[in-house]
Amino acid sequence: MPAPLFLEIAMGHLRRRRRQTIVSVLGVALGVGFFVAINAMMRGFQQYFVAQIIDVAPHIVVRDEFRLPDLQPALRAFPQGAVEVAGVKPRAEPRGIRGARPMMEELRTLPGVAVAPVLQGQAILAYGTREVSVSLMGIEPERERLVTNIEQDLVEGRLADLRTSANAVIVGAGVAERLGALPGDTVSALSPAGVQLSMKIVGMVETGITAIDSSQAFTLLKTSQVIQERSNVINQVRMRLAEVEQAEPLARRIEERFGYRTESWEETNRNVLSLFVIQNAVMYTVTGAILLVAVFGIYNIISTVVYEKTRDIAILKSLGFRERDVQAVFLAQGLLVGLMGALAGAVVGWGLTELLAQVRIDMGGPVLRGRQGFILAREVWPYLVGGAFAVVAAALAATIPARRAARLNPVDIVRGAA
Amino acid sequence: MSPLLEARGVTRTLPGPPPVTLVRDVDLAFTRGELVAVTGPSGSGKSSLLYLLGLLDRPSSGRVLVEGRDAAALDRDELAALRLARFGFVFQFHFLLPEFTTLENVLIPMRRLKVRPAQEMAERARALLDGLGLGEAAAKYPEQLSGGMRQRAAIARALANGPAVVLADEPTGNLDTRNAATVFDIFERLALAEGRTVIVVTHDRDLAARTRRRIELVDGRVVADRAAEPVSA
Repeated sequence: MPAPLFLEIAMGHLRRRRRQTIVSVLGVALGVGFFVAINAMMRGFQQYFVAQIIDVAPHIVVRDEFRLPDLQPALRAFPQGAVEVAGVKPRAEPRGIRGARPMMEELRTLPGVAVAPVLQGQAILAYGTREVSVSLMGIEPERERLVTNIEQDLVEGRLADLRTSANAVIVGAGVAERLGALPGDTVSALSPAGVQLSMKIVGMVETGITAIDSSQAFTLLKTSQVIQERSNVINQVRMRLAEVEQAEPLARRIEERFGYRTESWEETNRNVLSLFVIQNAVMYTVTGAILLVAVFGIYNIISTVVYEKTRDIAILKSLGFRERDVQAVFLAQGLLVGLMGALAGAVVGWGLTELLAQVRIDMGGPVLRGRQGFILAREVWPYLVGGAFAVVAAALAATIPARRAARLNPVDIVRGAA
Repeated sequence: MSPLLEARGVTRTLPGPPPVTLVRDVDLAFTRGELVAVTGPSGSGKSSLLYLLGLLDRPSSGRVLVEGRDAAALDRDELAALRLARFGFVFQFHFLLPEFTTLENVLIPMRRLKVRPAQEMAERARALLDGLGLGEAAAKYPEQLSGGMRQRAAIARALANGPAVVLADEPTGNLDTRNAATVFDIFERLALAEGRTVIVVTHDRDLAARTRRRIELVDGRVVADRAAEPVSA
């Protein structure tokens, strides 16, 4: 079956202006290609980063805090009344999550949810003359390993070692370095409650995030409760979910149910995530600008063709082509350039992505430790979105000259040419 | 029986300023198989009248009737359809599409009309070219042809859908005497042997003399409409 007539004429026009057509197609191809490649680079990094965030920390943390101070009884009694209570002093009550055990029992029944209790407190570790202030996490090793990556992050020792020796502690790599202590050494720990304990370093963790590595230490929950003088108290419930996307809605439900401040990983990292939104906006603007320039190229070539082909348009119309037949000829040219550009752009995008994959950069920073190049997300949708955008934009660019061509009055042209 | 093509009080004025009247109050009727020459000095409105008769342009006042039907009642798409099936145009310039071979150029109106199967269209296009002595040129592009051949190819294209009316605007203007005579021979054959109505705008008096009917225009008015025995060239 031969191509439709309008398509044949359109292809004839493009073939005649081969060089201009190739330049236009390349313009579109570069736009689509850069969109694909930059997208792979940005999304690759973002996905890696989010995966790191999700892996390192628990997905949901329930803390012994409230977002709003408790209502005063007078306010509660007269919710509609003009009551103001001034000079309220917060009640000094022992901190900690009340009813933590039943709460955890309840949370554990949720499908795909792992729960671990933590008592976090301050402590000063001293070794010889060096002192380092740490955030001491009292954990239950069997449960903690289900909610964070602590086990994978251990560079020395095992999590179970916390149970095998008395007053064992696992410190961050940075803490060990600052103390000048090594696993096997015994350090002295002092809590704000004034309790002092000799603790033996049994392991070392390195998450790659400096701020955490140089300020955290882990011990058994029981030991932590002793050193903080807070028997049977926990102040964090940490959770990990099988479905990460459920973190935020579940966190809201928990907070509503128990009242304690409950943060999902999304809330904790909101600043980073909102940075990504800005990053994406910049990316789409830049690649959009490239495509826009390409679209002007298409507009230009088709306008030129219409101008050059006024005689052909006149004869087609006098032969009995309707306005929409003439319009189809020039719209088809825009679509053809857009389609060829989208296809060539897919190749360019794939090539650029693979080229980027070859680039080796020494990333000094600890976050991307072990990575020596761009992290690339190889996804199909940018090809489809970029290609579709190119085709639609090309068709729109062709619309104006195509309509002008359709409106041409053959009499004006034939008279002029005679 | 109503005439094939008829102009009743047709006037065409280009809006100003200042308004220019191209054709003034023209009454003409054409029947099947007529070969008609339209003559007159430059700017007398010959071509404008032809475009009005060919439904390429609409009169400012008056009516053009095709087989008794008023063309004013038709919208642009219907006019295009009527031109496609019933009219054939030949201009001074050949207007062949340079991207297509001679054969493909002749096929274009048939492919637009879409009433014949592909095989039949190709056969018909070849027959038309053969009949005009262009059998050899079928696969060539317009730029590879001589001026006379191009004009004959343009005539073949005008005949593609078997039009009832062939309208030619200075078809021999760019041709030498011998080629011009050949083109006129073809027009005679179309009118006398094939029964088509052929209206030729020309200012070549020798050629006009070969037609049976001669219409003369001055300042957009018909000043003479004579039927005479054609003088053989």
